[in-house]
Formats: sequence, C-alpha cells, structure tokens
Amino acid sequence: MKFSDFVATDAIRSDVESDTKPALIREMAEALVEAGRLPAAELESIVKAIMKREDLGSTGIGRGVAVPHTKHPSVDRLVGTVAVSRKGIDFLSLDGEPVHLFFLLVSPPDRPGDHLRALENISRQLRDDTFCRRLKASTTPADIEHLLEEADNHGVVT
Amino acid sequence: MSSQQTISREVVVGIEQGLHARPADLLAREARKWQSRIELVAERQRADGKSILELLTLAAEAGTRLVVEATGPDAREAVDAIGGLFDRNFSEPNSHTQPLVSRPTNE
Repeated sequence: MKFSDFVATDAIRSDVESDTKPALIREMAEALVEAGRLPAAELESIVKAIMKREDLGSTGIGRGVAVPHTKHPSVDRLVGTVAVSRKGIDFLSLDGEPVHLFFLLVSPPDRPGDHLRALENISRQLRDDTFCRRLKASTTPADIEHLLEEADNHGVVT
Repeated sequence: MSSQQTISREVVVGIEQGLHARPADLLAREARKWQSRIELVAERQRADGKSILELLTLAAEAGTRLVVEATGPDAREAVDAIGGLFDRNFSEPNSHTQPLVSRPTNE
C-alpha cells in the first residue's frame, strides 16, 4: 500500500499548533473533516475512539513517530493524514522521546488487512533516516505531499 | 560459548487483526527485558523484536507463521516469554476460534 492510497493531502499539516496529545489528535481529525474526508457529525465520536485506543497503550512507536488510529463505522475505506510538530509532543512513547511525526488513521471495522498494510508502509518508510529527517524539516504541506509522492515512487533521495 | 546460544521456536499470529500496533508494542516491551538479540523471522524478512517499527514492517496477518529467534545468555527465557505472548494471543480476540479457511475444500 502507498501513501497516496490513504493520505488525504488536503488534511496534511506541516506545523501543528497543538502541544498535547488530545489537542493534536483533535487538530488532525478536524483537518480530515475540513478536507471532507470524515463526516463533521462524527468528529467527537472519532476523537473519543482514538483517545480510547491511546489509553490501551501509546501509539508512539519510537523514532519520534506516532500513529494514532481507530476503527470507525463512519468510513467505508481507510483514510489518514500526516502532521509534523516542530517542537515535539509528549506521547508516552516506548522510547520516551517526544513525537514530531504523526500519521493518523481511521479505518472501516471490517478491513484489518488494509490497516496492517498502511502501518507496514509507514514503518517501512520511517526506517529510512533520510525520509524521517526530510519529513521533520518540511515547512509546508506541499513539501510533505511531495516527499510522500517521492517515497511512493522510488524511495527518498538524499 | 554457551552464553551465545541461539534458541528458536515457531509461533502463529492468532490475533484477528494481525500483528498491529498494540501487540507489536507489547512484543517490543517484552523483548527489551532480555539481553539477547531477538528477531522475528517471516518468510521473506527478519525484524528486530525490540523495535515496534521493524515488527510492523512484517505486516503479519492472522494465521501467519513466524519464528522467534533469540541469541544471547538469556535466549531460552526470552523465547519462552515471547512465545507465551503469542500463545496467550496478546490477550486479544482469537481468530482460531473460527477456522482460518471458512469453507471446506475438496482437495
């Protein structure tokens, strides 16, 4: 699975204002609503579900990355977005590091395979130091969009 | 030297959702308790058991067979502990209560 299969480019945020986990999750979910990818009427329910998942264990997977996510019946296909925080947010990650890079995913309840393949793609790209560094250094949503395209097509060049 | 012994055992992903973020987190947390190098070996790749990021690149769906391989002074204990996580299904709903193949075949 590629980034272009699930990332809503209109909802990408290059410098989030939020400085806490709940605020960041809300900001990203709102971006997906504004981009027309999540129904506004379901915003509260989706934010609540993502926070409930975080309570089970942080989705901060290390290397300054987190993948907050939930299943939700309001979507019929996997939808996601990307956000970058310049100052970093405490996400209670396994390695204790603040998180700068966020991939938020909302998937239909009956498609666990798609969710797994999106996680695979994200984690595979993030093993690449160059990808991480360039994503962290992105200053506009367009920069991030181009970087994701590059990763989709042939991997990232230094 | 016996301190560098390698121990391995096969496990099956029983979690209905596959080896997603939460079980990968639990696995990496368990693996980090041991000194040994711990790897999860799939058909085409190996992943560092102490890295959630690497474990997620396996995209191991329900029913996938993996080998847990540990090398080091506490390899046996490490493999037992991680094998136990799979045996207990990471305390998640078990897809093995339903057959992996839903219809009988005539093979």
